[in-house]
Amino acid sequence: MNRISEAAPAVRLAAVQEKAREAISQHATLPKIEIGIATCGIAAGALETRSAFEQALSEFNIKAYIHPVGCIGHCYAEPLVKIHHPDSGFPPIFYHEVHPGKARMLVKQFLGGGDPCFEHIYGAAQTNDLIPSVSEFARFNREVRVVMENCGRINPEDLFEYIAAGGYKGLVSAMEMPPEEVIRKINESGLRGRGGAGFPAGIKWRMARDAPGTGKIVICNADEGDPGAYMDRTILESNPHQVLEGMAICAHAIGAQKGYIYVRAEYPLAVRIITRAISQAKESGLLGNTILGSALTFDIEVFQGSGAFVCGEETALIQSMEGYRGMPRCRPPYPVEKGFDDRPTVINNVKTLASAPAILMKGPEWYRSVGTEGSPGTAIFSVVGDVVHSGLVEIPMGITLRELIFDICGGIPKKKKFKAVQIGGPSGGCLPERFLDTPIDFDSLKQAGAMMGSGGMVVMDEDACIVDVARFFIDFTQNESCGKCTFCRIGTRHMLDILKRITEGKGKEEDLMLLQRLGEDIRDGSLCGLGKTAPNPVLTSLRYFKEEYDAHILEGRCPGLWCRHLIAYYIDLDKCARGCDVCVGCCPTDAVFTTSTRKKGIDQERCVKCGECMTACPPDYNAVKKVSPAHLAPVIPRPAGSPGEH
Amino acid sequence: MVYGLTPEEKEKLERFKTKLSTFEKNRKNLIPILQSAQQEIAYLPGQALELAAGHLDIPISEVYGVATFYNQFRFIPPGKYPIKICLGTACHIKSSDIILENFERKLGIKEGQTTEDRQFSVERVACVGCCALAPVALVGDALYGKMSPSKVEGIFTRIQVEKEMSLRVHSENESNQ
Ligand SMILES: Cc1cc2nc3c(=O)[nH]c(=O)nc-3n(C[C@H](O)[C@H](O)[C@H](O)COP(=O)(O)O)c2cc1C
Ligand code: FES
Repeated sequence: MNRISEAAPAVRLAAVQEKAREAISQHATLPKIEIGIATCGIAAGALETRSAFEQALSEFNIKAYIHPVGCIGHCYAEPLVKIHHPDSGFPPIFYHEVHPGKARMLVKQFLGGGDPCFEHIYGAAQTNDLIPSVSEFARFNREVRVVMENCGRINPEDLFEYIAAGGYKGLVSAMEMPPEEVIRKINESGLRGRGGAGFPAGIKWRMARDAPGTGKIVICNADEGDPGAYMDRTILESNPHQVLEGMAICAHAIGAQKGYIYVRAEYPLAVRIITRAISQAKESGLLGNTILGSALTFDIEVFQGSGAFVCGEETALIQSMEGYRGMPRCRPPYPVEKGFDDRPTVINNVKTLASAPAILMKGPEWYRSVGTEGSPGTAIFSVVGDVVHSGLVEIPMGITLRELIFDICGGIPKKKKFKAVQIGGPSGGCLPERFLDTPIDFDSLKQAGAMMGSGGMVVMDEDACIVDVARFFIDFTQNESCGKCTFCRIGTRHMLDILKRITEGKGKEEDLMLLQRLGEDIRDGSLCGLGKTAPNPVLTSLRYFKEEYDAHILEGRCPGLWCRHLIAYYIDLDKCARGCDVCVGCCPTDAVFTTSTRKKGIDQERCVKCGECMTACPPDYNAVKKVSPAHLAPVIPRPAGSPGEH
Repeated sequence: MVYGLTPEEKEKLERFKTKLSTFEKNRKNLIPILQSAQQEIAYLPGQALELAAGHLDIPISEVYGVATFYNQFRFIPPGKYPIKICLGTACHIKSSDIILENFERKLGIKEGQTTEDRQFSVERVACVGCCALAPVALVGDALYGKMSPSKVEGIFTRIQVEKEMSLRVHSENESNQ
């Protein structure tokens, strides 16, 4: 009797697997066109690309299966398409930047004529002897995928595809164990929370299991407020079921019956996909009452957050779910004792929960074999800014920043020099070149002064201004401060005022001391992580880039030629070509004028320093120059009566 | 500037009123209620806040306090073409503030405002999720990547052309009838 009920979940899953196989086999023989349709793909035009494929297929009367998938992480190459045309004898092939014209051509020539259009190939999806494979590129072969394994491979709106890829097996193995055993496995794996602080997930689950009280709750934190990171959203959009499975495993482990996904209303695609995934899972008996015929009951609801950075903090998140302003409160009691609705609540990040199925399926030893001793597993970063192959990258913990930025992501474009990398968003820090050999893990990054944080990584080249980046983040945190603690509310405001002053060339020498002291006070005098870490971007840049601050304050010079109050554009008359008018045409404020020699000049009074003339000036002339301090620009008077003069 | 409710908006407010009755009278529903109001009316006029407060039996100041806390909620009507500029980190280091300024200058309004004819509004948002295309601007649902000041001009031209085309189609249809 006991044996049968234990086997039940596996048997029931096998039935769903059978259905999945059947559904998928229906289009198995057709050529397949796979298009990445997550937020980044859509932004790059993936929907137009899809219609172009559809149109071309019907126009040339070719049968193929269009397979919508999520984001594979290679956002620099979107719209990214993979075509598998078995009859052609070629392996599946990736094409990048496939806009409608290219789509039509691929249908006509590849699907219709068997010519894979070699000049447009990005790489083959498998090793073969015809076409170089993408696995030869570092951006593909250095990644290790635990959480994002199926992102960009399966249709996120089709449960069966996740099942066919081995989905919900982790849940079944968890259900075959007593809850204590599940917690022990998570503990042994060394899984640390991916929401920023790196708290061991096993300990959190243990505490929730042991907490007295009924109606325990699992919340998936998908608030993701870092203004330059989008991993969590992409995971929800590309493989929602893995997150649901992770939540169900947690529910089994701690004895919860109710779960919530806290995701921003501003991410409509993620909301739609996860909502749909929940209802599909319920239909197939993977969520809801008596999951897979067992005694486990677990239901998940989506709560749409209204966009406040501080609501990523767990106690503020609960406040906002209860209908209040999202203001953090003192801990203890921790949410695991007294959380949503005063019930014991586990709050975990999307990536933490999405790691659980793989750990249950492949075992804690396997998980520990990836990453480092203190930080097992993988890290997911959105690497953006001045970097060639930007996008989402999942790497084993422990590789260095240099490997990630230069080997995997292709380094800095346009042969510029690396200046800094900002890690961890508004709570993180800015690291200079000499830290590039720092291994990426929770503890090493913290030691260096940055932090894992949300996983936002912004690479900056020599043209970036560190002082301005610090100002940018303080501007953000002071805006997002909930206002509860005086230091955070008013202190960040003062820091912002000082930084603004410095970027405008009105800084004083003593400002740096003041920034340092204010920063330390805010850090020590704030209740929650927002205030405690808000000064980080400023404090690290003061430590590592003091010379940049000095240049602004002492010389009125912005070394990155960035701060608009400290720079000026001018036109080098020796290089300017007489007949060319592009800079005049593109100037949004009519600041560029024609001199009596028909060469051009810039009216500094009117110039808003948008740089458009510099972009527009043909490279053969390269006549527009930028200098700092601003007074270095030669003055060219506007001839009286020239157009645009007032 | 005070915006009165247009007849259309009054109708939408009525629709929200009906929807409101489907929400249980529970404080936990405050944010979902406000979201539903904004979805219906496109912003939160005072009347909607009053209705929410009445339904949950809490002071309107409390409702206003919560609504203003969150970035999602807006209190003036968006334009027919709502323009959103991403000022996330990746976009910032690609000079998105210059793009924002160009829109502001062109329309003669500041971010957070709507033009008097209610055609355009300008708003800043944080990371749209496609940093590889930075800097990014949205007009309605259409996304424009790798923006530059001259593309701002292009967007307005495009809107103008589309408007005239639809007018022409409209008048042709009418004359055909
Ligand atoms: C200001 C602030 C913002 C935060 N934002 C997030 C967030 O967007 N997503 C997240 O998972 N955790 C965020 N956290 C961390 C959460 O408070 C919490 O530690 C985390 O969700 C726990 O999950 P984990 O153990 O899986 O990391 C934030 C913390 C602070 C102080
Ligand atoms: S920062 Fe603008 S899209 Fe991410």
